[in-house]
Amino acid sequence: MKKVYSKIESIAGNVITVTAEDVRYGHLAMVTSASGSSLAEVIRLAGDRVSLQVFAGGRGISTGDEVVFLGHAMRVSFTDNLLGRIFDGSGKPRDNGPRLEENLVEIGGPSVNPAMRIIPRNMIRTGIPMIDLFNSLVESQKLPIFSVSGEPYNELLARIAMQAEVDMIILGGMGLKYDDYLYFREVLEEGGAMSRTIFFVHTASDPVVECLLVPDLALAVAERFALKGRKVLVLLSDMTNFSDSMKEIAITMEQVPSNRGYPGDLYTQLAARYEKAVDFEGAGSITIVGVTTMPGDDVTHPVPDNTGYITEGQYYLRNGRIEPFGSLSRLKQLVNKDTREDHRSLMDGMITLYANYKESMEKKSMGFRMSEWDLKLLKYGELFERDMMDLSVNIPLEQALDRGWQILAECFDPAETGLRTELVNKFWPGGCTEPDEESA
Amino acid sequence: MSQASGQVVGVNGNMVSVQMDGDVSLNEVGYILLDDPTTGESKRLKSEVIRIRGGRAELQVFEMTRGIGVNDKVEFSGQLLAVELGPGLLGRVYDGLQNPLPELAEQCGFFLDRGVYVNALNRAKKWEFTPKARVGDSVERADTLGTVPEGMFQHRIMVPFNLHRQYTVKSIAKSGEYTVDDEIAVLTDEDGTDISVTMRFEWPVKRAIDCYVERHRPIRPMMTKVRIIDTFFPVAFGGTYCIPGPFGAGKTVLQQITSRNADVDIVIIAACGERAGEVVETLREFPELLDPRTGRTLMERTVIICNTSSMPVAAREASVYTAVTIAEYYRQMGLNVLLLADSTSRWAQAMREMSGRLEEIPGEEAFPAYLESVIASFYERAGLVSLKDGGTGSVTIGGTVSPAGGNFEEPVTQATLKVVGAFHGLSRERSDARRYPAIDPLESWSKYPGSGDPGMVEYARDVLHHGNEVGQMMKVVGEEGTSLDDYIWYLKGEFTDSVYLQQNAFDPIDAAVGSERQEYCFGILFGLLTSKLNHGNKDEARNWFAQLRQRFLDLNGAQWRSDSFKRLESEIRDTIKEKRAGTEANAMDLVGKIRS
Repeated sequence: MKKVYSKIESIAGNVITVTAEDVRYGHLAMVTSASGSSLAEVIRLAGDRVSLQVFAGGRGISTGDEVVFLGHAMRVSFTDNLLGRIFDGSGKPRDNGPRLEENLVEIGGPSVNPAMRIIPRNMIRTGIPMIDLFNSLVESQKLPIFSVSGEPYNELLARIAMQAEVDMIILGGMGLKYDDYLYFREVLEEGGAMSRTIFFVHTASDPVVECLLVPDLALAVAERFALKGRKVLVLLSDMTNFSDSMKEIAITMEQVPSNRGYPGDLYTQLAARYEKAVDFEGAGSITIVGVTTMPGDDVTHPVPDNTGYITEGQYYLRNGRIEPFGSLSRLKQLVNKDTREDHRSLMDGMITLYANYKESMEKKSMGFRMSEWDLKLLKYGELFERDMMDLSVNIPLEQALDRGWQILAECFDPAETGLRTELVNKFWPGGCTEPDEESA
Repeated sequence: MSQASGQVVGVNGNMVSVQMDGDVSLNEVGYILLDDPTTGESKRLKSEVIRIRGGRAELQVFEMTRGIGVNDKVEFSGQLLAVELGPGLLGRVYDGLQNPLPELAEQCGFFLDRGVYVNALNRAKKWEFTPKARVGDSVERADTLGTVPEGMFQHRIMVPFNLHRQYTVKSIAKSGEYTVDDEIAVLTDEDGTDISVTMRFEWPVKRAIDCYVERHRPIRPMMTKVRIIDTFFPVAFGGTYCIPGPFGAGKTVLQQITSRNADVDIVIIAACGERAGEVVETLREFPELLDPRTGRTLMERTVIICNTSSMPVAAREASVYTAVTIAEYYRQMGLNVLLLADSTSRWAQAMREMSGRLEEIPGEEAFPAYLESVIASFYERAGLVSLKDGGTGSVTIGGTVSPAGGNFEEPVTQATLKVVGAFHGLSRERSDARRYPAIDPLESWSKYPGSGDPGMVEYARDVLHHGNEVGQMMKVVGEEGTSLDDYIWYLKGEFTDSVYLQQNAFDPIDAAVGSERQEYCFGILFGLLTSKLNHGNKDEARNWFAQLRQRFLDLNGAQWRSDSFKRLESEIRDTIKEKRAGTEANAMDLVGKIRS
């Protein structure tokens, strides 16, 4: 019944053009060539000339290859069988498991009605003090990790995946190094978290078009699970690769670039993905933590810049630690008032002191004389970095708060911390300067 | 006009080319009849004609275009893209095309299904109509026929703005309850043709409503209750201002604060291409917050036009026009309307996307060459006007700009700066230092007169500049290399910054400061700035200022004119008096003038 077209008129980059009838925008076709078959998506209609973007790339396609239109847009299977499975950017299994064809849903669906959204209210605990205590992650939040290449962002993401208190994890890998993909798999397998995880992984050697599909696949599946009442955490690494694929394709399609070669709709494209983060009233939620590598540590680069305008804060990962300055979770105010009464004050107090420590460090490096106060700060800064900021620290929020008080008590007198007296009375370890015996 | 039709011949992103049959005008609305036999989907997708070339119309589609095929039918409506005007707009939440979002949610649930359109005004609701015009009266467009109460306002039912001739009232409805579709008057034109008038009519969004007698220069300050704005960079009724700033600098928070506290009758919030979460805060909080002036909820004076970043781009472009048209409509009733657009950069980007699809020759950073003129004509829709009945009304526009990389040199910021009357530039440095609102006092400007004495404000501004210079110098030469005199200037600058420019949005008292209190507190501050202080050394000066600052911050948190306010005030005045040793030389003339 389906008509086979076997005259490809032009092949440029990943885009081929055929003359065909009754084709609809956004629908898929199967292109079969000597090197195998690949899906392709209709990206332009002009009269009867149809331009298609071939997922596996244009390389090796001959003008005489067959094109069959499938009559539907890109879809992904949505069942509980997805859990524990690994797929590539076109939705094909990567793990030698069976193909899933039941209950197909379209990807890239409509956006959520703002009138149906609710104010976020639940904190997601991760066991990482720099997140839980200082910049709490909130259900339905979208937060990127800004970092430079070489930082352990994938390790951080894997830890969040292991420890975050959510029902399931969907990991979208874009342009992942194969090693990193294997690392994620091993960590989650060893940690026993595979059964609540779904992978959509595009590795650096896969066709570039498939990279673009990964977030849509991951988020379409996440949306369905969320509607069924699950708390889903979507991890995306790395969104800069996603943007770069978009740039590559836009340039080969001869679109006018706007800023450093990126297409003019970069903001819209990124927002369409990040805005999928949502808390459905009476059902589940989607939380997105992405990685955005900053080329040259430049936050004004178009990708981190546009991302910053879209997301609700960001974590800066620098020197293997989440930086307290610049990092921000915009939604933290909504949750950290209900955790423990000292949470907010301790958070502010410790950061102020850490800022003072940085100033003292600067003075020290310039050769100025260190006052007694400076010395206290230097001690504090060292302890803070070791016992709080280090990524290996893995304790629940309450313990992190206690540890915060301990660090303060080891370095300062209560009055020097600027914390409210009633909090000091309640939480200061033992009320003396030797807190070690006191700590539980 | 006979309605044209056509069929699709090409699709590229959200742009569709149509071979048309009949006459089609630019900016006319067309509907693409999507009929996909494979999915069984059958939809009417709203679109707008944006170019006509060689017998083909190019339409930007306000919805996702997936599934559209060549030969799909297109119906043209003969109407330009328009909004519905009439009673019942206040308190509503619309998308960029004026579809009420809560009603869409009732129909479609969590998601915004495409091709679903709902009437902007409630057709069933009855309004208590009181006629004002009488049979035989001669009327023209925008003349009041009667009124209906809408919340706290008397909503004027006017002769529709699109009736351009002179009319005689043939009949008018009696006092009573009517829906927006009921006939409330019949007007006869010069040729004797009868025209039936209801309470609602449509007006094309891209045309400014011009039914006024005269436009005036905006000179009356509009209080936002943000000290740094009202005292240093004021905004006027009918004026325009822009807030550019990098991400995280607090643009949206500043807009939210303004939308709550601004001293206007009606606030229109155009959330254009920004985060949905931010709109939700407004959506959920406004119905519960009380407007201190009227005692009613803020929602009753607010209209929200919300086209967030993941909603279709073409509708984003339309949303700012929808918002400004509604603002102009209420201006015609003699009200002061404030339009807050967040963010105009997203609107400009929507234009850029469309321009790219049209394959127009790009300008700077691929923005279209007409970017500047489009931005200018949008801001020019603000204004203070006198109406035919002798009253005045105003539309004030405040737009945020999200410059790429926080760099104000980019085209949208520059095009905006050319046409606005005030510039509130947010700086990353200030927001990193948690100095909120992060409006940069050294770079921002305003061309509008403020409520305070200009000489005093100028003096305070000089102190800020001088203090900043000393601060910069001190980074190089250290505290040791700075003279005590200069150091005191530096402390005065910092003091002004922390007790007056900065404002705590979370403190119930400090969050909104009325003009009387602002002038009063500014007076105290001015007294300090102009005083020569006799401090022995820098440490003493620093401690003295630190203590004074604490008191002043306490004062900022005290109820206006309460006992604790008075006590703190006299403490502050006493502390200043202790160290005061005459007037600063550069303030002699000014202080003398103010005394006389």
